[in-house]
Amino acid sequence: MTLLSQIINGIQIGSIYALVALGYSMVYGIVKLINFAHGEIIMVGAYCAWYLIARLNMPAWIAVFFAILLCVILGVTIEIVAYKPLRNSARISLLITAIGISLLLQNLAQLLFKADPRMFANLFPGSKPFLGLQLTNATLVTIAVSVVLMAALSLMVSKTKIGKAMRAVSEDKAIAELMGINVNTTISFTFAIGSALAAIAAVLYCCSYSQIEPTMGSMLGLKAFVAAVLGGIGIIPGAVLGGFLIGVFESLTKGFISSNLADAVVFGILIVVLLIKPTGIFGKNRREKV
Amino acid sequence: MLVVKNINVFYGVINAVKDISFEVNEGEIVTLIGANGAGKSTILKTVSGMIRPASGFIEFLGSDITSVESFKLVKRGLAHVPEGRRIFLNLTVQENLDMGGYIQSSSEVKALQQSVYERFPRLRERRNQIAGTLSGGEQQMLAIGRALMGRPKLMMLDEPSMGLAPILVDQIFEIIKELNKAGTTILLVEQNARMALTIANRGYVLETGRIVLSDTAKNLLVDDSVKQAYLGG
Ligand SMILES: Nc1ncnc2c1ncn2[C@@H]1O[C@H](COP(=O)(O)OP(=O)(O)O)[C@@H](O)[C@H]1O
Ligand SMILES: [Mg+2]
Repeated sequence: MTLLSQIINGIQIGSIYALVALGYSMVYGIVKLINFAHGEIIMVGAYCAWYLIARLNMPAWIAVFFAILLCVILGVTIEIVAYKPLRNSARISLLITAIGISLLLQNLAQLLFKADPRMFANLFPGSKPFLGLQLTNATLVTIAVSVVLMAALSLMVSKTKIGKAMRAVSEDKAIAELMGINVNTTISFTFAIGSALAAIAAVLYCCSYSQIEPTMGSMLGLKAFVAAVLGGIGIIPGAVLGGFLIGVFESLTKGFISSNLADAVVFGILIVVLLIKPTGIFGKNRREKV
Repeated sequence: MLVVKNINVFYGVINAVKDISFEVNEGEIVTLIGANGAGKSTILKTVSGMIRPASGFIEFLGSDITSVESFKLVKRGLAHVPEGRRIFLNLTVQENLDMGGYIQSSSEVKALQQSVYERFPRLRERRNQIAGTLSGGEQQMLAIGRALMGRPKLMMLDEPSMGLAPILVDQIFEIIKELNKAGTTILLVEQNARMALTIANRGYVLETGRIVLSDTAKNLLVDDSVKQAYLGG
């Protein structure tokens, strides 16, 4: 029983990692950038929802809507203002810029909301019996929402016009442009999707873990990044699988070895992947075009 | 239809295209020939907005397109089949065609796809295959089919015969002739100068970024200097 409950916990946190990992992966796929500011989008989404609900007493669904909207605007703005001018520069400049943005947002949040944690009230209180276990509604909602979003996303990427355009742009920008695809818009759209997923992940995370603080995005973002690398960065099913695996590994470590070791295990996985198969589980062993 | 006037193109400090002017009239097949590195691809890329000229101007169907963004030119009827084909290798054949028809309505995409498949039955057979698994000849057909999805008035082709077996080369040139008969104006860049001049109306000869000769294809085929340099004596 405890094994099953640890696995379900793992799937719950894993689906949050997966939602965030999708943002890393899609952005990497299209602009070859590891967007280190992505974790901070989660934090912004969490604070936005918290502020609207706890301070302005807005209904939760409106607060969540505005949190998504704010994250989308922020993600796209960062892309246009900070990354786009560097698109043809060395990748290290992009990476450093991303880290800079991340620090900027973290410090801004500390300034605005102070460093001490705030309490986020669970939007889905209560629990239900499931296979002899008592599962919180937050867990069930988290898993259900994530699965639906991931299915919708993969349908969008494989079947819709914009999804095909995203794949075309990630393969060859100049030629995509020749086809009449507005490459800049397509890239912005990718950032928008990633940011929206991060906002939703933020709210789901807060429902189970209740505390928010300015640095919350870094650890969550970092683990999701490990998930994306584990599955194969740039590959959408890879991000999903990676997310679930990291979640389950982490949860099993917490349950059966030690809570203190959980983070070490996650980063241990990153090291192992980088040593054995840097392209990740689904990655082709193809040399990267530079 | 296409008027290029005094363009200069640089890569850093390299002046790859030097003060070049030429034109393509409606209904023609015009070819640019020249050795490797002469600047042929650079000219096509400049026309399609992939790179910007440092000076000069480009007019297409009566309007100045010198600084129009690349993605807006398909709508005006300009297609560029790039050197090395550059189809989307990770997309299926059908998805490649979808991208070629990106600016078309979905009903038009269907109809255009049917006509591409009629012209290239091989592509229909392989429509759900990942494009990276196609042979060289099939990839070239896909590159041309993809360009046709944009209903081009002018199609620019950059070395469509490169790397193909002789029988496929003949087939590609046959297709270009047919497209031209059906009303598409053609600007053809080739290293296979003899083949290109055989199907073209006019030609320009490029040497290290300059046009050194321009004439009807018939005259160029018998020109001594052309024969010596590009037709194997
Ligand atoms: N991306 C580039 N960067 C620097 N130089 C280039 C680039 N592309 C082409 N060149 C140079 O410009 C000249 C013309 O090249 P290109 O237009 O490709 O010639 P062609 O198509 O006739 O073989 C060559 O000297 C080539 O080395
Ligand atoms: Mg060339």
